Amino acid sequence: MSQYINPSDLTTILPAIVLTVWACALLVADLFIPHERKGWTAVLAALGLVVSLDITLIQAGGTSTGFKGMVTLDGFSTFLNALLLVSGLFGVALAYGYVRRMGLERGEYYTLLLFSVVGMMLMVQASDLIVVFIALELLSIPLYVLAALNVRQIESEEAGLKYFLLGSFSTGFLVYGIALIFGATGSTSYSGIVTAASAGTSSLLLTIGAALLLVGFGFKVAAVPFHMWTPDVYQGAPTSVTAFMSSGAKIAGFAALLRVFALAFPTLTADLTPILAALAALTMIGGNLIAVSQTNIKRLLAYSSIAHAGYILMAFVPYGNPQVMPVSVAAGLFYLVAYAVTNFGAWGVVIALEKQGGKGLEISDYAGLFWKNRPLALAMTVFMLSLIGFPPTIGMVGKFYLFRAVIDGGFVWLAIVGVVTSLISAYYYLRVVVNMFMQEGEPQTGSEFWVNFTWGLTALMTIIISFVPQPLFAWASSAVLRLF
Amino acid sequence: MLIEYIAIAVLLVLSTAVALIAVGLGTIFGPQKKSEAKSMPYESGMSPYGEGTRRMPVRFYLIAVLFILFDIEVVFFLPWAVVFRQLTWFGLAEMVIFITILLVGYFYAWKKGALEWE
Repeated sequence: MSQYINPSDLTTILPAIVLTVWACALLVADLFIPHERKGWTAVLAALGLVVSLDITLIQAGGTSTGFKGMVTLDGFSTFLNALLLVSGLFGVALAYGYVRRMGLERGEYYTLLLFSVVGMMLMVQASDLIVVFIALELLSIPLYVLAALNVRQIESEEAGLKYFLLGSFSTGFLVYGIALIFGATGSTSYSGIVTAASAGTSSLLLTIGAALLLVGFGFKVAAVPFHMWTPDVYQGAPTSVTAFMSSGAKIAGFAALLRVFALAFPTLTADLTPILAALAALTMIGGNLIAVSQTNIKRLLAYSSIAHAGYILMAFVPYGNPQVMPVSVAAGLFYLVAYAVTNFGAWGVVIALEKQGGKGLEISDYAGLFWKNRPLALAMTVFMLSLIGFPPTIGMVGKFYLFRAVIDGGFVWLAIVGVVTSLISAYYYLRVVVNMFMQEGEPQTGSEFWVNFTWGLTALMTIIISFVPQPLFAWASSAVLRLF
Repeated sequence: MLIEYIAIAVLLVLSTAVALIAVGLGTIFGPQKKSEAKSMPYESGMSPYGEGTRRMPVRFYLIAVLFILFDIEVVFFLPWAVVFRQLTWFGLAEMVIFITILLVGYFYAWKKGALEWE
């Protein structure tokens, strides 16, 4: 065809291309949708996500690389892209009624969300550091804008600005890391880096570059000690945005982290494994300990999100051990799904209780919820139990897989840290449950169909998958197997 | 390999030294008589008024953002035009896609009234 481009290049990233075109068309179409009917924009955005999800699933099983090895399509990318697109759908469902109720209804919300999903999908598929960088920008910049969407509320503005400044700062680390890696190996593609690193060129520069990359990704997935922005941004941003970014950005960040470390830095195992282990332990301890003293549900879930970044990081610790690696990463992927499902449900409940002007967000506002709205309180209980890792929930199965993989990898102390911090977390998660069941109160709940649908569906998934986790885990395992 | 950079190091050291000597000698040997006129921001005789940080209409910001957008477009055109012959139809298709994406944004900004001053 041409020396510059092949049809296979385009089919490799077809879901992302379709979504990009759809988002551009949506941006224009939204201009002609009258303000009272902005719901149409949400429906169109959801339709775009469904179309892209369809293409992703049709492509399942295929493997190809495109644009001279800069992007890859494999089981790993199919698995995570499907998860990201479903996250996008949940994000639209949660936003649909919420933005209208809060007076934030703007068509740009959905366009930005679609662009962010495109960035996440490209990040999953990237097999070149330059693509990682561009994808990271594409996923972050819409999120900065979305965080500041509620401009009339000063907390939202603060969240947007803080996220923007710290996000740019972390991107700086990432770019610096890429530059050093390029300096050490003369390549930005993962295969080129491995080739140069195995040949044994200046490895100190490469190690520093890899460490800087880790800092950049650490910011994105909110790992301690790079987590400072998380509580303020998660609290200030509109709740539907928080729900989407706490799941989506984490999935994309971990996907890129895994691909980079497994494919580009297998030679640096000795240096990086202790750093990853320390990071995971710090994140679990830090996130769970600070969460204990929170009284605001959004901040509580923000620290919970930090703590879960630590649990997922555990899966990457034995990345240099070829025997343990596939199982451990499959456990990580399973936990990402478990976290996304539970997280969307929990945020859905928060949205159901939130009222205008940031009211209804204290844990004390949940007092007596069980006596007022039983399904909602029971769903919240399921999510809290799942976040602790208590049976019969998907969170418990996920933690079981994770701890087993980490022990197999020889990091028993890390598994112990995980178990102990889970026990600590039971205190603050159960406090929400105790409030709902045993305190007196008059909570008011909204009843928007799509919000109810989201927490209802995710609550069912949380329980059902815990009884039949095998198909999902098998899918995750096969996704990982094709990676290597 | 590193030895090739010695010229840059020499330049750095020399330029720093010259600057330090020029400023240092003046500070050590020059007479220093402070007066009110000398400590003003502009020694040209213009007396400053008002505050240092004045409010600007936020519209300038929008114009600046749009300017940067189209500025980058023009910058991107230049290298593209240089290698256009080698790229042939592929280059044309790429540029058409680029312009289309830009036009979508332009149309959006136009329709939203970002180009109107009032």
